[in-house]
Amino acid sequence: MTTTTAPAAAKAPARRRVPRKGLGLRIYTWAVIAWLVLPIAVMILFGFNDTSSKFNFEWEGFTLKWYAQLFDREDLTTALINSITIALASTVITTVLGTLVGLALGRYSFRGKGVSNLVLFAAISSPELVMGASLLSMFVTLNTPRGYATILVSHVMFSIAFVAMTVRARAVGLDPSIEEAARDLGAGPWTTFRLVTLPLIMPGVISGALLAFALSIDDFIITNFTSGSTVTFPLWVWGSTRTGTPPQVNVMGTLLFAAGVLIAVLNMVASRRRARRG
Amino acid sequence: MRRRLTPYLMILPAGLWLVVFFAVPLIMMASLSLQQGNLVDGFQQTFHWQNYTEGLSTYGDKVVRSLWYGLLGTVACIVIAYPVAYWIAFHAGDRKSTYLFLLLLPFFVSFILRTVSWKFVLADNGIVLGTLKGWGLLPEGFHVLQTSFAVIAGLAYNFLPFMVLPIYVALERIDYRVIEAAKDLYAGRVQAFVRVVLPLSLPGVFAGVIMTFVPISADYVNAAILGGPQNTMIGNVIQTEYFNNSNYPTASALSFTLMAILLVGIFLYARVLGTKDVLEAAGR
Repeated sequence: MTTTTAPAAAKAPARRRVPRKGLGLRIYTWAVIAWLVLPIAVMILFGFNDTSSKFNFEWEGFTLKWYAQLFDREDLTTALINSITIALASTVITTVLGTLVGLALGRYSFRGKGVSNLVLFAAISSPELVMGASLLSMFVTLNTPRGYATILVSHVMFSIAFVAMTVRARAVGLDPSIEEAARDLGAGPWTTFRLVTLPLIMPGVISGALLAFALSIDDFIITNFTSGSTVTFPLWVWGSTRTGTPPQVNVMGTLLFAAGVLIAVLNMVASRRRARRG
Repeated sequence: MRRRLTPYLMILPAGLWLVVFFAVPLIMMASLSLQQGNLVDGFQQTFHWQNYTEGLSTYGDKVVRSLWYGLLGTVACIVIAYPVAYWIAFHAGDRKSTYLFLLLLPFFVSFILRTVSWKFVLADNGIVLGTLKGWGLLPEGFHVLQTSFAVIAGLAYNFLPFMVLPIYVALERIDYRVIEAAKDLYAGRVQAFVRVVLPLSLPGVFAGVIMTFVPISADYVNAAILGGPQNTMIGNVIQTEYFNNSNYPTASALSFTLMAILLVGIFLYARVLGTKDVLEAAGR
């Protein structure tokens, strides 16, 4: 049974058997990655398509004109700006509220902790459709006008749990004696938090904030229920599927994609450098 | 005394936010689902349970289809994700995070835009089908869009990372020495996998199932963009009832039914598998 590995192990005793095994799975993994990337590649490519039809389905030649005319469609530009400002505002509010929860759950033991964890789990695992529908039910019942503000509060609502979980994971690993040392050295609670606790949990806070931003700028389902006549980027794209999606959408998607990848890579490099230093 | 209050003060703002915009809306939806009326005259609470019975008898087939698509999409995710997670966990060496990053790339494009992009790719005369038809490899009338296959493939595509990550985490935690021990005890590669690796990775699969089945069953974007009228899911019905028909009570009743089915499903599933495993794995 072990005949296949035994001679190889005898020849190279010092090296662990990793290479060459699993070649089939390696090809399979790359095939799945190709499948995952294909629609992104097409989106980027068709942002350079010199199309004349309303439906940007067929390749008609290379052009950069959609980059030059990126902001020519006013309503699309407004939608993009709405998406970005809502995501920024939601990130700020969510990061503050979620960090407090994550710290409380990670650092303290108190009655009601189990319930709090359960509520966070419920908020993460509830289908967006139900959250959106219930928010709309409430706004309809209370006659609340839907728009920018209702989108913002709903985004904060569904992001809090994600930030709290991320920060909690970081806070759980903290050594409480570091904070005690700060207190022994005469730091008050606020000073201890600002100079000791916060820097220690910062990587968790940053990851949480990035996650909150990504969740907000990408959200469609809940936003669709709470938006009224305000339009965000995903809603605009959704509306355009019937009449034809213009190449500017591909360009904006490409730029958002590039920015997102860049930030993620920078974050990864920074955390690697931190790990090496610490 | 003040120290004991600290954690409560810390969770208070977020807790209030979740009560007002998560819990209260659910209660209001429950109430709305039993009302009668229309947009012009307003809605009155009459405990009209028929909203549920009539909603289900009219749209029961869509509920069943949603759960069916949810099941097929989830199974597709497991089949596609498991080998990938396995290879990365055991064979990717020090490039693990690079591969995981590649698998997460779609998340850097908006969910809607990804789905619309599939519509580009699969369009009847688009780059794939159009080219193949041009070469005479496919008949002129061949199409992929507006089929169940397109919808389920789109769903599996959009939710795949939610399956890969938990399986990967579970596999990554396995101590390689356990597998070596199995081999020392004369287990073949297949046996070592079936009797050691697979059981140890199942909590990851269970967590992945919850994280994909729920959003897939409740999705309406893929069915709307990639499917046709015969692929309508319950999410599409709920959306139409809210926005086009302003039939809020029926829409609320259907949303509540969907949530109840999914909740009971998760509960039974967790019960059968052991609550601790599932919650623990999902909370990771």
